[in-house]
Amino acid sequence: MIDWLALTVALPLLGSVLAAAIPARSPGIGMATGLLTTTAALSVGVLIAHAGELRSDLGGWGVPLGIALQADGLSGALLVMANLVALGISAYALGYFASGLRRHFWPLWLLLWSALNALFLAADVFNIYVTLELLGIAAAALGALTGGQAAIAANLRYLLVGLLGSMTYLLGVAILYTGLGTLDLRLAAESLTPGPLAWTAGALMLGGLLLKAALFPLHFWLPPAHAQAPAPVSAALSALVVKAAFYLVLRLWIDLFASVVGPGPGILLGALGAGGVIWGSWRAFRSERLKLLAAYSTVAQVGYLFLFFPLLAAAALPKQQELLGALLLLALTHGFAKAGLFLSAGLLQKHAGHDRIAELGPAIRSLPAVAFAMGLAGVALVGLPPSGAFIAKWILLTESFAMDRWWWALVVLVGTLMASAYVFRLLANAFGPAAHQDAVELGGDVQTEKIGRMIQAPALLMALVAVVLLGLGAEPLWGLLGSSSP
Amino acid sequence: MTLRHLFLLGTLAVIGAALAWVFWDAVAVQAPGRLADMALDRVPESGVSNPVTAVLLNFRAYDTLLELAVLMAAILGIWSTGPDVPGFLPAGEVLEKLTAAIVPLLILSAGYLLWVGGHAPGGAFQAGALLGAAGVILRLSGRPDAGLPPLTWLRLTIVLGVLAFVAAALVLMAAGYGFLTFPLAVAKWVILAIESAATLAIGATLAAAYLAGEPLGVRT
Amino acid sequence: MATQLLFGLVGIILFLLGVWSFLAHRPLLRKLIALNVMGAGVFHVLVAVAYRGLEKTPDPIPHALVLTGIVVAVSATALALTLGQRLEHEDD
Repeated sequence: MIDWLALTVALPLLGSVLAAAIPARSPGIGMATGLLTTTAALSVGVLIAHAGELRSDLGGWGVPLGIALQADGLSGALLVMANLVALGISAYALGYFASGLRRHFWPLWLLLWSALNALFLAADVFNIYVTLELLGIAAAALGALTGGQAAIAANLRYLLVGLLGSMTYLLGVAILYTGLGTLDLRLAAESLTPGPLAWTAGALMLGGLLLKAALFPLHFWLPPAHAQAPAPVSAALSALVVKAAFYLVLRLWIDLFASVVGPGPGILLGALGAGGVIWGSWRAFRSERLKLLAAYSTVAQVGYLFLFFPLLAAAALPKQQELLGALLLLALTHGFAKAGLFLSAGLLQKHAGHDRIAELGPAIRSLPAVAFAMGLAGVALVGLPPSGAFIAKWILLTESFAMDRWWWALVVLVGTLMASAYVFRLLANAFGPAAHQDAVELGGDVQTEKIGRMIQAPALLMALVAVVLLGLGAEPLWGLLGSSSP
Repeated sequence: MTLRHLFLLGTLAVIGAALAWVFWDAVAVQAPGRLADMALDRVPESGVSNPVTAVLLNFRAYDTLLELAVLMAAILGIWSTGPDVPGFLPAGEVLEKLTAAIVPLLILSAGYLLWVGGHAPGGAFQAGALLGAAGVILRLSGRPDAGLPPLTWLRLTIVLGVLAFVAAALVLMAAGYGFLTFPLAVAKWVILAIESAATLAIGATLAAAYLAGEPLGVRT
Repeated sequence: MATQLLFGLVGIILFLLGVWSFLAHRPLLRKLIALNVMGAGVFHVLVAVAYRGLEKTPDPIPHALVLTGIVVAVSATALALTLGQRLEHEDD
């Protein structure tokens, strides 16, 4: 009688309550809750691997009267990834925050975690709206945690833009209810017929979500917000929060509006995605600061995810499954890799007192584990073998050639080249003069910190997952989605 | 008005026309009723007789749970920005007398709204809003703490809504009924308990939000 | 019926007014008011959908959605206002 789906949402809520009520104990409460929640999420994953799909009618009312939670291969895999990354970020955050910020971080962080889980498991369009708002408010509050002028400004903009997106989405939901009389995803998908209603509701709902997913040119709010947030929060924002909005776009695209969308909108999304890849990679290459580089890299990676859409729209069913598998693999890999990158960047920033790339050489050289983690994360971001991203991009390339749409392949290649450029520019600093020389260069007036051993672990682990685990162990993913692997 | 503004207005006008037409078509042509009949038929099974309360606290209780979490997130976020801003000057005589008359009435009305929400328009959110308004009035008339309890107790009050809801849901799940499934026999009381906790939480959250910061005063 | 249409159309107009104001005006307070007007517009549409004529009880689902939406909008506005105030004070 254990409802694992509901537990993944309820446990972080409970933990947040306790952490807020007893601030002195919040790190312990936070970490314990994180472990329990991840266990619940893993249980969901295991159950899906066996049963294929999981559904829970909350309150026993059934749809369309009540609200349901559902998980299939796609959302289950993302749920597991999100929880594992969140667990890693929590472990990192244990050592990252000083006592003042600590008691504010944990309750908000657990609320964000709960919102993520609720979002991946949502099966009701209005419920999605509420989870989006919880996610947005918690994320903006966490982003502004450092209290600096730039951080507050950037995250206020993030909050406002997010609200614009949610309100637009909500109008779409209202129109959908007006026409269909149901709020459940599955029932609505059954009753929806192509026509002005579907087009309008789709445009509103997808438009609002695209703003939140930071698809070019609606990405403008992302780089400052992610760069200014504290490192664990940046990791969560780039790896998870943006991914959640993208997941919703994908879910609506292939489930609710499947009968309505066609090659046209697919090409539009692909073109915008291409813009994101090029522009994001270019700005990342030109960045002076490490966290800004990572943030622009996120814009580029989101662009890659949208490159799949025109192919998805044009492909036949078996090919669609393969493309979906590749898309999922890319999303999962990016989640781990980006988290690893931001966590490493945070450690470097703490050690050196700044994150200006040109001057990070000494810091990188004195933290070899962190440098290695960053290198691995970079490998996954560029898409080199054996990372999961390589497999995904490979499929994207071969499919776009197979379907005579070679221009998408061109975008992928250009983007990969540019990604290599900015990753290697970053890592070039790792190879330089001996350590004792650097000991003199470090320090100075800027506040620096010694970095302990334990805190370096999460970043390294996540980078390893992205490169090794997802690359070599990617086959079960296709089984999860219910098809044969390529 | 710049060209950009005109372009924006034009685009919005076109979108508006499309939306209006779609809405008119959906409302006029589609079968009226939607979920109404289904919901109204099952209200007697929910433990309350007010249909909106039944939807909020039973059929779609999960949404309400998350909504209380949103409120909590907002106040936690507000508290994370720093200490509260200094209060206003103490009230003059007239304001003081008015406050002394109105605030108790507000609290009384809040209690009434909470109770009556089971069978007439009303409920936790409405009652909580009144309590919040009482807090704002107290703050505006010069009391820096807006009538709120000291910080340790305030923290507990803020989390009370989500706590009651999640606790009820988990207990029911452990007892075999299901997460957020209220058996008819106890539904009314569970809903009332959750609503009472939520009222306190909402009222405290709204009043505390008005302080725009964490009340870190010596009063802890 | 006419009431329903009027309410819904007003809601759509409010929503669009809010979008215009959000995009066209710079000060934070105006953007926040714009967002709230947008929200009011959507709530108008929902309330319009709930109307089933004078004889029948209105549909309770959209009413519940509006209540939830109001609370969410208030929470977000509160946070945005506080962040805005911190920005202002830092400028001093």
